[in-house]
Amino acid sequence: MDAHAADDIRSHVKTYFMVFGALMVLTIVTVGVSYLHLPVAMAITLALIVATIKGSLVALYFMHLKHERKLIYYVLVLTVIFFVFMMFVPLLTNLDKITQGY
Amino acid sequence: MEIPYTVEVRPDTGLSNGKLGVWLFLASEVMLFAALFSSYILLRVGSTEWPRGAEELSVPMAFFNTVVLITSSVTMVMAWASLKMNDFGKFRTYLGATILLSFVFLVVKYFEYSHHLHAGEGPWHNTYYAIYFTITGLHGLHILGGIVVNGYLLGPGARMWKTEKERFTNRIEIAGLYWHFVDLVWIFLFPVLYLL
Repeated sequence: MDAHAADDIRSHVKTYFMVFGALMVLTIVTVGVSYLHLPVAMAITLALIVATIKGSLVALYFMHLKHERKLIYYVLVLTVIFFVFMMFVPLLTNLDKITQGY
Repeated sequence: MEIPYTVEVRPDTGLSNGKLGVWLFLASEVMLFAALFSSYILLRVGSTEWPRGAEELSVPMAFFNTVVLITSSVTMVMAWASLKMNDFGKFRTYLGATILLSFVFLVVKYFEYSHHLHAGEGPWHNTYYAIYFTITGLHGLHILGGIVVNGYLLGPGARMWKTEKERFTNRIEIAGLYWHFVDLVWIFLFPVLYLL
């Protein structure tokens, strides 16, 4: 390993520990918000936003997605499309309620 | 037979085969958990009442486990970074710590499960507990799988470091990708099951 690459890794290590700190703070935020007893819709939205930020930090830095090849991005974009579709499937079972305004 | 493209990148994909393989595997894993999350939404939207997770489950225990898993993700990425810096001793410490933290997670989970089972709150108790045990059970199996892989790489698998440094470093990176995914799933499970 040449000295330059090792230096590069050392700066990565610094980033890893900063991400670690951010994840801890956001975990505390998640728990803290749940004690506020917000209305359900707002609580769910907020919790999912915080979880998405945390998940993105893990994927971008720990899984090195920030500097990854295009092919992996393509695979993941496809996965996200299918994932979102899957999350909306249950709503179809409630279309009658939604369209009739219950 | 020699496995191709373990170290050098394949010209058409720009990746080593192992890395692309693990990302495809993780994409399928996303869909596996998506099916269960989707079921969770279906069950919750379709039910007349749904308990607040915080009143049923132990938030402090899950909070502790969240901290444990996030820490294990850091030790995992540090194990890889140590190999990159040619420090095998540090690598062993960090990977060992990752495995230890994985066991801590499972022990806490064991206490949670046994508490609920003794209180008669098994998966058969209601829909909430059914989906709770199904999703966390599947996640727990993934933790177990991670322990097996990381244990191999810390034990007999570590011999590869002597002969093929770069290939071994790639193996740790790939095992790390899986491990971070398991952490990522928990980051979503914690608020969904315990807090909302």
